[in-house]
Amino acid sequence: MIADAVIEANGLTKAYGSAVAVDHISFGVGRGEIFGLLGPNGAGKTTTILMILGLTEISSGDVRVLGFNPAREPLSVKRRVGYLPDTVGFYDNMTAADNLRYTARLIGFRSMEREKRIAAALERVGLAEFADQAVGTFSRGMRQRLGLAEIVMKGAQIAILDEPTSGLDPHATAELLGIIRGFKAEGVSVLLSSHLLERVQSVCDRVALFHAGRIALMGSVPDLGRQVLGGGYIVDIDADGVGLPERLALIPGVSGVEKTGIGKIRLHADRDVRPEAAAEVVAMQGRLRYLGVQEPSLEAIYTRYFEANPEQGAQERTRHAA
Amino acid sequence: MQREGSAFSGLGVVMLKELSDHLTSVRMRVLEWLVVLVALAALYGAIQQIKDTTAEDPFLFLRLFTTSRDPLPSFVAFLSFLVPLMAIGLGFDSVNGEHNRRTLSRILSQPIYRDALLFGKFLAGLVTLSISLLTLWLLVVGLGLFLIGIPPGAEEIARSFVFLLVTIVYAGVWLALALLFSVVFRSAATAALVTLGLWLLVTFIWPVLAGALAQIIVPPDPRYTALGLQTPGTAQLEQILARFSPSTLYAEIVVALLDPTTRALGPIYLSQLQGAVLGAPLPFVESILIAWPQMVGMIAAAIVLFVIGYVIFQRQEVRA
Repeated sequence: MIADAVIEANGLTKAYGSAVAVDHISFGVGRGEIFGLLGPNGAGKTTTILMILGLTEISSGDVRVLGFNPAREPLSVKRRVGYLPDTVGFYDNMTAADNLRYTARLIGFRSMEREKRIAAALERVGLAEFADQAVGTFSRGMRQRLGLAEIVMKGAQIAILDEPTSGLDPHATAELLGIIRGFKAEGVSVLLSSHLLERVQSVCDRVALFHAGRIALMGSVPDLGRQVLGGGYIVDIDADGVGLPERLALIPGVSGVEKTGIGKIRLHADRDVRPEAAAEVVAMQGRLRYLGVQEPSLEAIYTRYFEANPEQGAQERTRHAA
Repeated sequence: MQREGSAFSGLGVVMLKELSDHLTSVRMRVLEWLVVLVALAALYGAIQQIKDTTAEDPFLFLRLFTTSRDPLPSFVAFLSFLVPLMAIGLGFDSVNGEHNRRTLSRILSQPIYRDALLFGKFLAGLVTLSISLLTLWLLVVGLGLFLIGIPPGAEEIARSFVFLLVTIVYAGVWLALALLFSVVFRSAATAALVTLGLWLLVTFIWPVLAGALAQIIVPPDPRYTALGLQTPGTAQLEQILARFSPSTLYAEIVVALLDPTTRALGPIYLSQLQGAVLGAPLPFVESILIAWPQMVGMIAAAIVLFVIGYVIFQRQEVRA
């Protein structure tokens, strides 16, 4: 398990009657880590989050948040954890600042501290100039940002974000992901869920891929890529040079060289060979126009994994039917 | 298993927020104007009637509440009709509204228990109703003083004040019911419709139904019928059944409080009336004693309804 874990789940299970929404999942989130719960809708991500927050009963298993048990000590957990629900709602007739004021009162901040924290939080998410505007006029992206402002104001040690980017345009998504990276920089651990694999891939340190209530795969994206896609790194090069492909093939770790166009070469390697490739091109006094490594995409990992393990999917389907 | 911390942390915050929502809402303003206008109309009718007829009544002031002049019903009758409407109007969307605005899970992820949210909403509704009813009561007392010109005695003030408290409790019963349905039904419209339907049933249909049911369960004795009397068993059962309706309880309390000559709230045998000076008023405390079971029943009804809503809310999933 993780050495310095802020969230530790062991065999966490949630059953609604005979239907199992979350099935014996175990994972840990380290301090200052961004951990992604990824998977299709209905895979059990939100249920897992609600169990961590103590907002729904745990059928079996155990979860610890900063050492507290959410079922027994919900207030201690909720005081330290900020939660942004899926499509967060605010009181539309109240201003952004008033909405935060209400939350701050519920948390129990004194008035001086309250105003300071609210101003700082709104500033942080770029909503300072809209502080006195009714939330009813806010766009979806602004509401999500206000939700993040609430977490900032709370001074949470853990931010739990349920589908933070769903329904946002690319610009708003980028802004939101920027704020989430900022959390990490401040040492706040982030647990986020999403069904949009490629969008959150860039921010997550580690991910857990959910499938039908179970964690199918867990680890960092490159690790998973090696594990599932066969450990291949693909390096694309666009450069001139006589005999360059042959020279590149001699780099240790390169298993294949492929010409994909005029001057365009694709290397298959078992590690990131960009430094060596660049050195080769320069040594040959070639002109290097492009050098890039293809990050393994979560989408590809996810698809490949379930292609490779169809029996697992089938098993799960029968279990669900039962 | 002991829970950590107080169940009431955040209660005051929730209550104040809900209270300010209620007091500034358009809905509340409409309801208040409705009540004030209707009450003024009833009061006007009562004062006209009092000026015409009752010259020497020891409880002239209380007549303000109970006297009616065709075609208007009395102030009390109006109130028993409008108070549930107000309470339902305030409560029908309190919990499902949070759900539909998607604020519920966000609020519940703050360090408070669900208790604080539900109880805060109930208290805010009750305080709102108390404020409007108190205002209305002061309005009636003031107008009565002004228009009749006879100051009310201490006992009259006491009786009408207890009547005010009882009306607030009555409002609490309907508020708790509205809150319960706002927990049960996700759609505010369904909750409002079901609560209003139940109110109509309990207030207008149940009294009739109670009579019919009593006659089916305990058929009237032909010997009593021949004498033109109600069979005691049937009458008793009918009353027991009718008292399941908070409206019946409220009506009975109001009669006992505002008409000091009321000696009993049910059928009594002639033998029990032996030695009684009919038409003589009872002391204030005696009147309260007569209506005491009804008052306790109404308070209990409010608590039971609230607790049912509370239990359901505790077990409810917060996800949308």
